[in-house]
Amino acid sequence: MKLLWTVVEVSVVATVVLPTTAALLVWAERRVSAFMQDRLGPNRVGPAGLLQPIADLLKFMFKEDVVPGHVNKVMYVLAPALSLVPALVAFAVVPYARGMAIADLNVGILLVFAVSSMAVYGVTIGGWASNSKYSLLGGVRASAQMISYELALGLSVVPVLLVVGDLNMQAIVQWQADHVWLVVPLFPVWVIFLVSSYAETNRLPFDCPEAETELVAGYHTEYSSMKFALFFLAEYIHMITASALSVALFFGGWSLPGVTFPDGSMGTLLSGLVFAGKTGAFLFLFIWVRWTLPRFRYDQLMDLGWKRLLPASLVLILATAGGVALLGGTN
Amino acid sequence: MSTRVDIVLDRPDEQASEHQVLNMGPQHPSTHGVLRLVLELDGEIVVKCTPVVGYLHRGMEKLAESMTFHMFCPYTDRLDYLAPLANNVALSTAQEHLIGIEIPPRAQAIRVMCTEMSRISAHLLGLGAFAMDLGAMTVFLWCFREREKIYDLIEHLSGARFTTSFTRVGGVANDIPDGFLSELKAFIDQFPEQVASFEKMLSRNRIWVDRTKDIAVITREDAMSYALSGPNLRATGIEWDLRVNRPYLGYENYDFDIPVGTVGDCYDRYLCRIEELKESTKILQQVIQKMPAGPVNALDSKISLPEKSSVLKGMDELIHQFILVTEGQDAPVGESYFAAENPKGELGFYFRSRGGGYPDRMFIRAPSFVNLQILEKIAPGNYISDVVAILGSIDFVMGECDR
Repeated sequence: MKLLWTVVEVSVVATVVLPTTAALLVWAERRVSAFMQDRLGPNRVGPAGLLQPIADLLKFMFKEDVVPGHVNKVMYVLAPALSLVPALVAFAVVPYARGMAIADLNVGILLVFAVSSMAVYGVTIGGWASNSKYSLLGGVRASAQMISYELALGLSVVPVLLVVGDLNMQAIVQWQADHVWLVVPLFPVWVIFLVSSYAETNRLPFDCPEAETELVAGYHTEYSSMKFALFFLAEYIHMITASALSVALFFGGWSLPGVTFPDGSMGTLLSGLVFAGKTGAFLFLFIWVRWTLPRFRYDQLMDLGWKRLLPASLVLILATAGGVALLGGTN
Repeated sequence: MSTRVDIVLDRPDEQASEHQVLNMGPQHPSTHGVLRLVLELDGEIVVKCTPVVGYLHRGMEKLAESMTFHMFCPYTDRLDYLAPLANNVALSTAQEHLIGIEIPPRAQAIRVMCTEMSRISAHLLGLGAFAMDLGAMTVFLWCFREREKIYDLIEHLSGARFTTSFTRVGGVANDIPDGFLSELKAFIDQFPEQVASFEKMLSRNRIWVDRTKDIAVITREDAMSYALSGPNLRATGIEWDLRVNRPYLGYENYDFDIPVGTVGDCYDRYLCRIEELKESTKILQQVIQKMPAGPVNALDSKISLPEKSSVLKGMDELIHQFILVTEGQDAPVGESYFAAENPKGELGFYFRSRGGGYPDRMFIRAPSFVNLQILEKIAPGNYISDVVAILGSIDFVMGECDR
């Protein structure tokens, strides 16, 4: 029974919930950016343009799937899948409601990092297999960037683990429900986490790997049709995962201070809605930042990662460890 | 791999060299039209940059030889296609310079108004495209919103948003329509606020400053030896503006400043354009206040077309109309060069005349063409990402460059 439930959960989340959220996110991004820019944005297909993602999807599916003659075919076809799968898998441990997560692993947070570092392969291989100079530059930039920021991202989670003393995501959220949202004591850590997660998801101001005005489209320059759509989808699912993690690690996950959810399925549903709402707020932040800031230059981005964020997160780990030792114990 | 041999360039043997050759353009999102750059890269750093121009060459100068002066006016709409009105004005003023006539004060004021409106719209696009190249998409669309308002004004004035062909030898096509000046006033009243919002998004934005400050510095000496003009020249600190240094169209009667930079980097070029937006607004304000009354065309019937209604009634008018349309204005034998301060820089027209209504030779000194020469000098040593910033900061238009 447990197995069956997991299978259902996985298939629903991976094929329905995440892609739909990603599609809605694309719509939201276009509407929000339009709002910021005094435009209307998509408003023709369906009420308020809500069905626009479906129209987009149909377009992607019916576009000719061009495989240029100069590519390394096996790698070229593999890359979009390699990019999408880690994005979906990383979501598995996200505690999306009280007591709910697809995989309630004891090493949950480690799984996220293990899997999300796989995502770089899709991008790098995509850039390399395309056998074109713009793609190659994009792929090289992506691999360097994602590996660099993975360090800062990983280190910025260590203080959370020090405070909570558990790798299990549910436990981290539960600790915050019992004590205080971790963003309060660990605000600078959260800033580092946020910046690094923007870099990890290749979003502006860190979208050097696909910098449209420099590298045309970076690693996915040579991709068309559904293969491009998969890269596209992967980026948005990464955003969702990053936002969900930010909520779970720093903003109390599904909990609300002073609110006790009723027992039973009603409480679970409510907690799920709280989680969704918080994640939505973070997704809005992603969009807001993207349409406000210009792009870093590649070397400035590396400087920021290695010379600022990495030392800063090391210092913060020390400070947190000291604090935990002084205040005595984790709980 | 392709084995095509590129005859334009002495291309290094890529296999043997450590450097990679990257072809940027003519179809590339940030080469604004059809500029092609061949970049030799060491990693991401540009070692050599070779601009290749001419993809939009239409032989305008040769075409002009078989046209009367008026017939060439529509071609100038397609020179710097971000400021058609300013090109119209520069052409007609140059033709009047050749023929040797003065135009009435009202026509002069209207032309000043046209030039400054174009300057605002051209700088808005230059600024917006620069911002977009560095990833600030929202600023780009804000600039476009303002440009849209100017285009509406231009449409009201000339009947066309883009292909205006508004000026005539000896004046302008028509007088200002009723209510136009108050519309223009409404625009410039709200415009400074919009400029402030662009500045708020960029001028002190840390990422923007990091991306543009000290990037591609042009020294005064280089700027002069490469004959730069317009904001690119002034950003290096040289105070040279044809509107002030060689006044035409009564520019000496308007009170405005010439913004100059100090360093000559991308950031200074950006600031110069922002400040010029404000100065143009100032000039427009004065134009509205001072707009003189009177005719908008020279009263010489050998220069200006007669009133249409009288052509069908009067013998003289019919003859003048016929001669002007078929043979054009009779220019004296000789040559002349006149340059106007256009949004991109010094737009000059050289005419050689053997008499009659057709120029014997014409040459267009296109500021974009001249300004682009410095790319070879300033691009090497920078990152690919900086090349994009440099292109955006130089603000060129290929329609004018390739002619």
